[in-house]
Amino acid sequence: MEFTIQHFIALAPLLITSLTIVVVMLAIAWRRNHAQTFLLSCAGLNLALLSIIPALKVAPLAVTPLMMIDDFALLYIALILVATLACVTLAHAYLGEGGTGYPGNREELYLLILLAAAGGIVLVSAQHLAGLFIGLELLSIPTYGLVAYAFFNKRSLEAGIKYMVLSAAGSAFLLFGMALLYAEAGSLSFSGIGHALAATSMPAPIAQLGLAMMLIGLAFKLSLVPFHLWTPDVYEGAPAPVAAFLATATKVAVFAVMVRLFQISPAANTGVLSNVLSVIAVASILFGNLLALTQNNLKRLLGYSSIAHFGYLLIALVASKGLALEAIGVYLVTYVITSLGAFGVITLMSSPYKGRDADALYEYRGLFWRRPYLTAVLTVMMLSLAGIPLTAGFIGKFYIIATGVEAHQWWLVASLVLGSAIGVFYYLRVMVTLFLIEPNLRRVDAELHWEQKAGGVMLLAIALLAFFLGVYPQPLLTLVQHAVLGV
Amino acid sequence: MILPWLILIPFIGGLLCWMGERFGATLPRWIALLTMSLELALGLWLWAHGDYSFAPAPGADPTWALEFKHVWIQRFGINVHLALDGLSLLMILLTGLLGVLSVLCSWKEIQRHVGFFHLNLMWILGGVVGVFLALDLFMFFFFWEMMLVPMYFLIALWGHSSSDGKKTRIYAATKFFIFTQASGLIMLVAILGLVLVNFNSTGVITFNYADLLKTKMSLTTEYILMLGFFVAFAVKLPVVPFHSWLPDAHAQAPTAGSVDLAGILLKTAAYGLLRFALPLFPNASAEFAPIAMTLGLIGIFYGAFLAFAQTDIKRLIAFSSVSHMGFVLIGIYSGSQLALQGAVIQMLAHGISAAALFILSGQLYERLHTRDMREMGGVWSRIAYLPAISLFFAAASLGLPGTGNFIGEFLILMGTFAQTPWISAIATSGLVFGSVYSLIMIHRAYFGAAKSDTVLHGMDTRELIMVLGLAVLLIYIGVYPQPFLDTSAATMHGVQQWFGTAFSQLASAR
Repeated sequence: MEFTIQHFIALAPLLITSLTIVVVMLAIAWRRNHAQTFLLSCAGLNLALLSIIPALKVAPLAVTPLMMIDDFALLYIALILVATLACVTLAHAYLGEGGTGYPGNREELYLLILLAAAGGIVLVSAQHLAGLFIGLELLSIPTYGLVAYAFFNKRSLEAGIKYMVLSAAGSAFLLFGMALLYAEAGSLSFSGIGHALAATSMPAPIAQLGLAMMLIGLAFKLSLVPFHLWTPDVYEGAPAPVAAFLATATKVAVFAVMVRLFQISPAANTGVLSNVLSVIAVASILFGNLLALTQNNLKRLLGYSSIAHFGYLLIALVASKGLALEAIGVYLVTYVITSLGAFGVITLMSSPYKGRDADALYEYRGLFWRRPYLTAVLTVMMLSLAGIPLTAGFIGKFYIIATGVEAHQWWLVASLVLGSAIGVFYYLRVMVTLFLIEPNLRRVDAELHWEQKAGGVMLLAIALLAFFLGVYPQPLLTLVQHAVLGV
Repeated sequence: MILPWLILIPFIGGLLCWMGERFGATLPRWIALLTMSLELALGLWLWAHGDYSFAPAPGADPTWALEFKHVWIQRFGINVHLALDGLSLLMILLTGLLGVLSVLCSWKEIQRHVGFFHLNLMWILGGVVGVFLALDLFMFFFFWEMMLVPMYFLIALWGHSSSDGKKTRIYAATKFFIFTQASGLIMLVAILGLVLVNFNSTGVITFNYADLLKTKMSLTTEYILMLGFFVAFAVKLPVVPFHSWLPDAHAQAPTAGSVDLAGILLKTAAYGLLRFALPLFPNASAEFAPIAMTLGLIGIFYGAFLAFAQTDIKRLIAFSSVSHMGFVLIGIYSGSQLALQGAVIQMLAHGISAAALFILSGQLYERLHTRDMREMGGVWSRIAYLPAISLFFAAASLGLPGTGNFIGEFLILMGTFAQTPWISAIATSGLVFGSVYSLIMIHRAYFGAAKSDTVLHGMDTRELIMVLGLAVLLIYIGVYPQPFLDTSAATMHGVQQWFGTAFSQLASAR
C-alpha cells in the first residue's frame, strides 16, 4: 500500500510518541538530568495529545492492514496519553529531586513508560491479530521493568518477576489461541475472522477453543477472576506511579482491543463463550469485592477493587448491543480518572521515595485534620469508586446498569447490585479512616506544599474533573457518543 | 427560581460553615442557624402565597403550584425538574423546622470540628429538600443517594459508641449506608426498567415524571418495577424485615443526627411512596396493598414489643418510630382519602414528637452521661421541667387526644375501616402497646428511687424554647389540623384517584 500524507496525519499520535522515545533516549545518553527528561517526556506527550485533533479530521482510516485509526481508537489513544501524562507527573514527584528521593537512575523510568504508552496506542488501534500481539507485547515488556524499577526493594523486584512470568504465560495462551483461530478462519484480521465465523451458524469447536484461549490471555492482563492472582501482589510491590499506570493505561488499552475484537467479529460473543464471559463477570465482581473487604493495605485494596470494576465492565461487553459501546467508553473514562486520583494520593503521600510506599491504611488515619485538601481528593475518589452521586463514578455505574437492564442481563445486574453493596463497605472504611482522630501516631505525610507541584496540580485538577463530571456529565457523553468504530 | 434556591441555600450555607470555622467555633453555628431559618422562612412565605389546589392527578398533565425546569443531561432526556405542591411544601416546612432544631440541639453537644459537622448537617438537609422537590426520576435518585454520605459522616464521626463497646458508631454508620445504598440501587434498576419500557413504546428516553406516568405496561412488569421502588422505600421507612439498621443508627448517632433521621429521612420514604410508587404503578400497588398493610401491621406490633424491651432510651424511641411508621404504611396503602390525609398528619406529628423525644434524651445524656434507663430512675426530682416535658411528648407519642399524633392515627384508622375493617381493628389494638412502651419509658427513666440526690442543673432558655415550641406546635396540629389538611388535600386527592381506580378495576376483575 502507498503511504500518503493522510496516513501520516492519522498515525501522528503514535509517530510523535515514538519520536519522543528516541529523543528522550538520546538526551539521556547526552546528559543525565531528571528535570530535562521529565520536561521532554511531558512535551512529547502533550504534542501527541494535540496531534489527535488533526487525526480526527482524517479518521476513520486504515493504516496498513494492521491498524485502524477511527474515532474509537482516537478516544482511547487520548485516554492513554492523558493517563501516561498523569503518571509521568506523579513519577516526577515520586522520584524526587537532588539528593533526596530515589537513589538509582531516575531517567529510564520515563523511557519505559513512554514505550509502554506507544504499545497501548498500537493496541487500541489494532484491527489485526498481529497488530494486537505487537501492541500487547510492546505494552507489557516495558511494564516488567517499570514494576521492578525500585529493584533494591524486595517487594518491587518480586512483583516484577511475578508479573513477567504470569504475563508471559498469558501471552503464550494468546498466541496459541490465535494460531487455532487462524487454522479455522484462515485470516488474521478481525473482520476476516468475523466473516469466516459468521459463515457457519455455529463457530467450529477449534475456533471456539482458540477464542477461549485468547480470552484467557486477555483476562490475565485485565486480572479477571480466575486469572487475577497476580494483581494484589503486583499492585503492592510496584512503585505507586507505576501502579497507577498499570491500573489505568494498561487496562484501558487491553479492554479497548477486546471490545473492538468482540464488536467486529460478534461470533466471538455467542453460545458457550458468552456464558463463559458472564460467569467471569460475576466471579470477578463477587471475588474482587469480597477479597477487598479484609485488606489493610490501600494498594492491595485498590487492586482487588479494580478486579471488581472490570467485572462491571464485562457486563457491557456481554450486552454488546445498544448502549454497550457508549457505556464502556464512559465507564473507562471515569474509572481512569478515579484510579489516577486514588493512586495519585498514595504517590504524593509516599513522595519523595523513602524505601517503601505509604500504603498501609493506618498511615492514613486522621489525614483530614492534617492535609484537608489531599483528603478531600481521596474521599471524592473513594465515593467515585463506590459510585455515589456527585462523582464521576456514579455516571459510569448508571450507564452499566442501564446497559444491563436494556439487554435483560438480570443475573449480571443483580451481581452488580450485590457487588456494589459489598464494595461500599471497604470504600467507606478507607474514607472514615481518613477522618478518625488518633493521637500519638507516627506521621507519614505528603510534603507541606504538595499542591504547588506538578503532581499536586494534576491531582487537584483530576478531583475537580471527577466532581464536575458527576454533576454535569453531558460533555463527556457527547464525546463518547462520537467515538464509534470505523469499518 | 425560588425552587432551586431552596436546595442551594443549605448547600451553600454548609460550605460557609466549613469556611467559617477558622474564625471560631461559634460562627458556624450562627451561619447554620441563619441558613435553616432562611429555609424555613422561605417555606412559610411559599405557604402563605401559594395556591395549593394544584396537584398531579390522573387523566391530565400534572399541575403544580410552582415549577422549575432546565436541561441537565441531554443524552438521556434528564432535566433539572423541580416542582412544588401541598405535600412537598409540608415536608419542606418540616425539614426547615427540624433543621433549625438540629442546629440548636447541637449547640453544646458538638464541640469537635464544628464547621465540618455543620457542613454535613446542612448537606443532609439540602439533599432531603432535593428529594422532596425533584420530579425527574434520575434527579430524585441522585439526591436520594447523595444525602447518605453526610449522614454517614455525622454518625461515624460525631456519634457515640455503645457503652458495652460491642457496637461502634462506625458499625452503625456503615450498616445504615449499606442498607440504604443497596436498596437504592435496586430502585435505580427499577427506574431504568421503567424508562426503557417507556422508551420501547414511545421511542423517547425520558426520566420525566409526567411522561412516565403515562407508561403502558403489563401487570407483571408493573408489579416487578413497583417492588423495586418499594424495597428502597421499605428500607428507609422502615418496614419490618428491613428495619435492623434503624435502632443501631439512632442509638449511635448524635442528637442532631437522630432528629434528622427520625424526623425527616424516614419521611422521604413515605413521600416516595405517595409521590412515585403509587401514581406510577397504581394497579400493581392495589394488588400489593394487602401485603403492604400486613407488613404495616407487623411493624406496629413488632416495633411496640421491641420498644418495650429496650434499656437504651434512644433505641426505645427508634423502635417506637418503626411502630408509628407502620400506621403510615397502612394509611398510604388503604386507598381512602381520609387515611391518606391521616398519614400526612401522622408524618408531621411523628416528625415533631420523635424529634422532641430525641432532643430530650440528648439533654438527659448531657446531664447523666448515659442512655441506659437502668441507670436513670428517680430523675423527676433531680431536674427541673425536663421530666414533665418528656411526659408530655411520651403522651403525644401514645396518641393522646389533643396532640397531632391522635389526629393522624384517628384519621388513618377511620379511613381504613371502611375498606378493610379487620386491619383497622387489629391496628387499633396496637395503640394499647403504644401506651405501654411510652409509659414504661417515663416510668423507668424518671420515676422510682433516685440513684443519687445531687440536683442536676435545669434546662436553660435554649433548651426550653426548643421543646416548648415543638409542644405548642404539636398541640396546634392536634386541635386545629385544618390548615395542614387543606394544604395536602389536592395531592392526596390525586393519589386517591389513581389508587381508587386501580382498586375498583381489581375488584371487578375478581
